[in-house]
Amino acid sequence: MEVLLIGLLAATLRVATPLILGTLGELFAERAGILNLGIEGTMFCGAFVGFVVGGATGNLWFGVLAAIVSGIFAGLLMGLMSVRLGVSQHVSGLGITLLLTGLSLFGFRLIYGEPRIPPSIQPFTKLSILGQVPILGEILGQYALTYIALALVPVCWWVLYRTNFGLQIRAVGENPEAADAAGVNVFLTRYLALAIAGGLMAAGGAFLSLAQLGAFTYGIIAGRGWVCIALIIFANWQPVRVLWGALLFGGVFALQLRLQTLGLKLPYEAFLALPYLVTIAALAVAGRNATYPAALLKAYKRE
Amino acid sequence: MTRLKIERATAPLWVRPLIPVIAAVITFTLTATLVILAKANPLEAYYHFLIAPLSSRVSAIEVLVKSTPLLLVGAAVTFAFSAGYWNIGAEGQLYAGAVAAAWLGTILGNLPALIAVPVMLLGGFVAGMLWALTPALLKIKLAVDEVVTTLLLNTVILFVVSYLLNGPWRDPVSGWPQSPEIASSAMLPRLLPQARLHLGFVIGLLVIVALWFILSRTSLGLKMRATGLGMEAARFAGVNVNRTILTAALISGGIAGMAGVSEVAGIHFHLIDAISPGYGYTGIIIAMLGGLNPFGVGLAALFIGLLSTGGQTVSRALGVPAYLGDVVQAALLLVTLGAFILQNYRLRWVANEPRSSSPLHAASGNELKPD
Repeated sequence: MEVLLIGLLAATLRVATPLILGTLGELFAERAGILNLGIEGTMFCGAFVGFVVGGATGNLWFGVLAAIVSGIFAGLLMGLMSVRLGVSQHVSGLGITLLLTGLSLFGFRLIYGEPRIPPSIQPFTKLSILGQVPILGEILGQYALTYIALALVPVCWWVLYRTNFGLQIRAVGENPEAADAAGVNVFLTRYLALAIAGGLMAAGGAFLSLAQLGAFTYGIIAGRGWVCIALIIFANWQPVRVLWGALLFGGVFALQLRLQTLGLKLPYEAFLALPYLVTIAALAVAGRNATYPAALLKAYKRE
Repeated sequence: MTRLKIERATAPLWVRPLIPVIAAVITFTLTATLVILAKANPLEAYYHFLIAPLSSRVSAIEVLVKSTPLLLVGAAVTFAFSAGYWNIGAEGQLYAGAVAAAWLGTILGNLPALIAVPVMLLGGFVAGMLWALTPALLKIKLAVDEVVTTLLLNTVILFVVSYLLNGPWRDPVSGWPQSPEIASSAMLPRLLPQARLHLGFVIGLLVIVALWFILSRTSLGLKMRATGLGMEAARFAGVNVNRTILTAALISGGIAGMAGVSEVAGIHFHLIDAISPGYGYTGIIIAMLGGLNPFGVGLAALFIGLLSTGGQTVSRALGVPAYLGDVVQAALLLVTLGAFILQNYRLRWVANEPRSSSPLHAASGNELKPD
């Protein structure tokens, strides 16, 4: 039982890592007033770019870096559509997801052809020093990226609530007219928030290909981006609650995996669908009380 | 002397249909880079992409086969978007219709096709409506954003389908994760000899016509468009906004459900988990490309059908990955979205009056600004 529980907690942290990164990214976008449905594609693109560059250079951190750069470009593209041109955020975000998914698959085919076994690389290893701690070793011996993701939660909180830049992000997400009148460059702030958002999302994708799997497969993201969209509402747009939400979702997912490997004849799909249904229920309960950033989905036009 | 001036005003009407054409040209120019990366000649690639599929009977019919679900999902998305209801859930509603078709198809075996086929279509419509019901009710009763709820339900139904196919519905004959084959009387009749084109295509065209009729010739259509233009104003004008949104959302879901029936009963005859390669999302591309105009949407569905077929053709002929088709579709959506901005501007020849003597210039021109 004890072994089972420790394994479960360890898996929870691992599963939660890409969700934390992706949701923190979406947090920046949405607090600045942009619903970025490009998240699913941005994570996919990050997983692909990270895998290719990590494999080609032999240095996995270069892979992470390249993924982040690709995510920043994805965020800027979202900015071009939703900030500069001011077109529908839903449609342009989905368009970006479709575009990045298509581009990544196109690139994958171009580089690797149609291999029967997906190409793989030697992935990141877990931190061995912490892994030697008695009893808790399995929980603490996580990938460095997991610790970075955990550390980013307070960092994001600090940036959003304790810096001038964070204040500007929240201002353009709540009331862009007032922010503009106060001298904040609404367009620039939104572009920067989207760039940060894209970088974080892509890093989440790169974690999957460079640490968890050591491979790139077509189903690597498998709707994790949409989970992040759900989590952000669940977390009521608060960085720390993002962490709890991601751990909860990660825990349910890890539990489902454990039950499957134990050979229990449970319809594991019910567990997988649970987080989505819980989010919809949470939305229904929170309803009008959900504290959406007031200017979410609204393009800002300077007259 | 005259000069060209760009002003912020509604562009002349003839510009509207040109916008998708301009967008297509820009998109193909951009995506030519990818073709070059794949070491192929862009012109040759685009020949195989856009013209070769239409040059033989077999592949031209295949374009219509690919367009069939696209006509339906395009119409479904247009229906909801016209009323300002952002139904991102056509994908899930399509799957709901497919599940209903796979179920009805196996229990209707004893009925003649004349009864079985309409029951299949109706069943798919109802299933799509039911899958669309929760987000629509949450929207009108509790003001919950429909984008997130419809999007999440797309993933949920994939789990439902996975459960059915790996559990109770697993084909006992083959053991594959696919539902048992539907009865032959429940299959949509073929339209042409030796081709997969089926009744679903005609239904798709009829739905497009019905969409046009409802939007432009009925009071429901008027209320929907009023709601889409602005809910507050529509409410002020006496429109029952909630009821209009609910109607639009449910009919939209129903049409998407019929797309699922069309794929199960017209093409696959089983439920498989890959029944849709994202048709519901493609429907959004189609609705936007068509500018939410029913006939524009019809044309866009045929065009995307051509792109899907062409992606395969160019892959076989030149070894360019077939995903080029997906990239072109998505790029076309983004470029079109951007290009529709053009309709807010108008080019006008204006007389070039002497600057100093014109009070108009002083009022509106940029010349007097310090920079």
